Order: sequence, then C-alpha cells, then structure tokens
Amino acid sequence: MSANAAPILSVDHVGVRFGGLVAIADLHFDVREGEILSLIGPNGAGKTTAFNVVTGFLKPTQGEVRLRGTSLSGLSPNRINRLGLARTFQRTSVFPNDTVTDNVLIGLHREDRGASLLEAIFNLPRERAGEAARREKARALIDWVGLSARANERAGALSYGEQRLVGVALALATEPSMLLLDEPVSGMNASETQNFVRLIRSVRDRGVTILLVEHDMPMVMEVSDRIVALNHGKLIADGTPDEIRADPAVIEAYLGKSAAAREAEREAAHA
Amino acid sequence: MTRYLPPAILVVLALLPLVLKDPYLLNALITGGIFTIGAISLNLLLGYTGQLSLGHIAFFGIGAYASALTTLGFDIGIFGDFRIVHEGWHPFAGFIVAILLSGACGYVVGRLSFRVRGAYFVIVTICFAEVVRLVALNWVELTQGPLALTAIPQMKIGFPGLGEITLRTKAQNYYLMLAVAALAYVVVARLVSSRFGRAMRGLKENEQLAISVGVNATRTLTVAAAISAAIAGAAGSIYAHYFRIIDPDVFLFTYTVTMVIMVVSGGKGALAGPVIGGLIFGTLPVALRPYMAPEAQWIVYGAVLIAILFLMPRGIAPYLDDWFASRRRAPARAPVAQPQLEGQP
Ligand SMILES: Nc1ncnc2c1ncn2[C@@H]1O[C@H](COP(=O)(O)OP(=O)(O)O)[C@@H](O)[C@H]1O
Ligand SMILES: [Mg+2]
Repeated sequence: MSANAAPILSVDHVGVRFGGLVAIADLHFDVREGEILSLIGPNGAGKTTAFNVVTGFLKPTQGEVRLRGTSLSGLSPNRINRLGLARTFQRTSVFPNDTVTDNVLIGLHREDRGASLLEAIFNLPRERAGEAARREKARALIDWVGLSARANERAGALSYGEQRLVGVALALATEPSMLLLDEPVSGMNASETQNFVRLIRSVRDRGVTILLVEHDMPMVMEVSDRIVALNHGKLIADGTPDEIRADPAVIEAYLGKSAAAREAEREAAHA
Repeated sequence: MTRYLPPAILVVLALLPLVLKDPYLLNALITGGIFTIGAISLNLLLGYTGQLSLGHIAFFGIGAYASALTTLGFDIGIFGDFRIVHEGWHPFAGFIVAILLSGACGYVVGRLSFRVRGAYFVIVTICFAEVVRLVALNWVELTQGPLALTAIPQMKIGFPGLGEITLRTKAQNYYLMLAVAALAYVVVARLVSSRFGRAMRGLKENEQLAISVGVNATRTLTVAAAISAAIAGAAGSIYAHYFRIIDPDVFLFTYTVTMVIMVVSGGKGALAGPVIGGLIFGTLPVALRPYMAPEAQWIVYGAVLIAILFLMPRGIAPYLDDWFASRRRAPARAPVAQPQLEGQP
C-alpha cells in the first residue's frame, strides 16, 4: 500500500456530543483507496459513533466527512450508500424473517432501476428479466461468501457467524467502493474468524476499500494495512500494525498506566 | 401454502350466485366483499410495511364521494361569483377518478407523516379521516352534508363486443365486487413479491439495515400508502354505485376497525390474510342475524375475534402456513459455511 495513495474517505476534525457526553472529539484521519484500515479502541471509545457519522446515521456536531472529496454533510444514509459506502452493524446484520436469498435481494433492489412500479405490477418482460438477473447476482454473492447451502433458510435461524456473512453479502450487493465492518468477528470461533479474514482480503482484492472496527487484536494485526486507535473519543495513534503494537499510548489505553510503565521499563532494561 | 387458497376461494365465490338466489345474502356478500377489498389494501400497509393506518376509511370514503360526484355532477361557489360547474360523467370515469384522487390523498398523507416514523402516521391518518368527515358533513353545497348524496347512478361497464352494461342486479354487482377484489389481490401480490415489496419488508424488519443498503424509506412507504389508498378508493367507488346513497357516516371509525379486524384475524403480512378475515367477519353478522338479537350478535362477533387471536396470535393464514410447513419433513442441515472465494460474483 503506497502511503501517498489518494484518500477515498476523509474524516475531517469530526466531533460528536450526546448532551454533555463527548463521544468523539476532533477525530481526523484518511482512508486510502484500496487499503484495509482498522479502527481500534476500548469499549465506549467512539468507534461505532464514528461509523454512524460516516454513514449518515448521525450528524456530527462539528467537522465533516468527505467521500472522494465530496462532502457527505446533510446526506441521508440511503443516499450515502448510493455514493458507494456500505456498512454492517455491530448488533443485527440481517433481516431475520427473510430467507438468505431475499436478504441479498433487498440489497439488490436498486439494480435495473429502469423497470418501474407499473412494470412490476403487470409483471412485464423487463421486470421479469431484471428479476432473473437479480436472482442470479444474489446466488453468486451467496456462493461467494460460502452460504449456498443456507440460501433458502430464514436468516434469523442461522448461526451468529453465518448471519455476519449474510450481512457482508447484503452490503456487497449494493456494489460499494468502500465497506465498513463493525466488529464482524465478535462471537465467531477461531476457524470462522480465519474464514472471515480470507473473505475480507478477497473483498479488498475486488477493489473495495475496508474500514474495520474489531476487538480481536490478533485478527486486526493480521489483516490491517494500517490502524487508527481511539480512546475516549480521541485519536491516540495512527500507524502500521507494528507501530501500533509498540505505541505506548495504545498499550496504556488497553492495559492501563501501570502496565504501560512496566512495558517501558522492560524495553529500557533490554536496550 | 395459503396463497393457493384465494384462487380456490375465488372459484367457489364465482359459482355461488348460481345456487344462491337470496338477495339478502347476496347483498351481505357484496357489502362484506367491498370491505374485504379495503382490508386487502390495508394489509399492504399494515402487513408489509408495518404502518397502521387508523383512518383508512378516509380513502374509501373519498373514493365513494369522488366517484358519486364525478358521476352526478355538481355546481359550487368558490368565492364571489366564481363557480365550478361539473356536468355528470360516465360512472366508469367516476371509478377512475376515485382511484386517482384516493391515491393522491394517500401520497400526500404519506409524504406528510413518513418523515417521522412510529405513532405519527397513525395519528395523522386518524386526524385526516376526521377532517374529511367534517368536510363531507359541512360542505353542504358539494356533498349535501347529512342529507346524503342520493340517486347515484349505477355502475356502467363497456365490454368489447357486448356493448355497455348497466349493473342493475345484485348478481352483476356481486361479480363487479369479485373482479375488483381479485384485481386488488393480484396487484398487492405482485407488488409485495417484487423488489418494491422486498424493500417494504426490509424496512419493517430492520429499518436501519434497510436504509443502510440504500432503501429510501420515505419514498417506499409513501408509494405503499398511495397504492393502498388507491385500492381503498376503488372499493369506495363500488360502494357508492351499488348502494346509490352515501352520507358522511361512510367515514366512521368503526369501518376502519372492521378492516383492521379482517386483516389482523386473517393474518397481516399474508396475502390470504384479509381474504380469510374478510370472509369470516364480512359474513358473520349476516350469518348470526336469523339466530339471535343484535346485542348477542356483537358479543359473538367479539368472542370469535378473541378466540381467533388467542389461538392464532399471528392470524389464521400464518397459522395454517406453519401447520403445512411442519407437516413437511424439515430439510437436513448442511455443513458449516466455507467461503468459496475462488469464483467471482
Ligand atoms: N445514541 C447515543 N446517545 C447517547 N450516548 C451514546 C449514544 N451512542 C453512543 N453513546 C455513547 O458514546 C460513547 C461511544 O460509544 P460507541 O461509539 O458505541 O463506542 P464503541 O463502539 O467504541 O464501543 C459511549 O460512551 C456511549 O455510551
Ligand atoms: Mg461499538
């Protein structure tokens, strides 16, 4: 990943306040085209809030977010999705009462916008052709995330890890240029997590930039090109996995001050 | 499974006038059928988008008045000497105007209320129905107010080759009701199985997720409200030309409640739901009448409703669907997911 690649997303001095609580303060970072960038930080650091600002679910109290230089201020989440940003959610990632196929089809609902409501009601040829194309796309996406055996099951009946995959397929159905994943592997076992890492990489290889929030540190260190660390709504570090691993502010945020101090002493002793 | 039920019901109902000659029963079936069309339209909103229109009768009543006035003609003063004079048109034009005007009202109500979700739509629709009722009651020059619009012409329909037929008999009106009901059913069925319907269901199940994948919530719900209102308007038009008299009581809240009962008992969000609910609660009052006093009839009506909702909380059609599904063998579960990353989607 070349350091001077153009930023696809710029989070420009964003602040969010909930009443008196400062959830994010002056957050400032870029995501470069084609990279896998992780946003880490302890619980309550403001990661999900940052996602909500970027995807238009929250209006920032200050600053703005730009996608390829275009300000996203004031745009609704569905408009932002159309501009090429897709996300998954920390809690629910599926439409539980629909089948896996129907879930992905909801993500494909904007395909072939030419066919109108009346064509749908009269089931005209263009609507039928569009529907066949959408079903084929859905099938391919479901295959691709490895859920073809579950295609006709109710999404809500799937295991937690499988639901995460449905969420990713659903988000990818909107053909985003950037995908935001909020704690996608929490609740997954080790082999599911390994599969998910492969999936993230192959999504990136299709040209989709990834912004990842995750608590699983080994996974983050393995998959990320770059990491941004948050604590109490403030950016405390920005660098490669190796730099972040060695960063005293990050260690302190995760392990507390005494641990950080001990770490520093040990480093000094070895030097 | 239960979606195969309505075509079967349609066949039975289409043959019914051949054996059923009693005009009283036929009248009851027509009335019940007209409100079932209203229930089918309500199900589109309540069942598939989860939005409760508690003023749904407004769209029905607007359709009834629009169709009647288009057919009868009117002469009203707007201000000073300026008057709007309309000569009566063909009743079928009234039917079309009813659909368009009710649909437009549904669109406006949706536009106004779907920016903010939750109870807002419920409140706006209730208020809308009450306002429309007051207009019908007080704009005497146009609507005759409480004196009612009378002598509304019977519906006329032109058939290629057959010429124009005026629907005079109960049987003819029965078939008109049945045809419009079947049409309403097909429109709703097509719509909910299309991508528009999927967007609606997505909003109902997980609004945030639906919006995040690009569903325009306001637009989707507004379109659903417009189509739902247009169908209710069609039902109102049939009502006006069949009974040939309408007064502001057509906007009473009880009629909305009747449609809600039909949808909820039959099963909201199931295509067959309002059809089953409409059959039961459309014919129950008539079926009970020979056997008991009016008070007792309403007690039985309530008891049947409570029994259905107690035994089948999601309604009859979903209950039957579950029952059919459980009789089929559960499919064996496939092994754990493995991403197939080689292929390109
Ligand atoms: N809608 C909200 N209203 C009030 N406070 C909120 C809201 N959303 C998040 N917060 C608060 O903002 C802070 C950041 O939360 P969040 O972004 O969810 O953290 P993270 O995802 O990093 O765990 C927390 O203190 C949380 O309680
Ligand atoms: Mg979070």
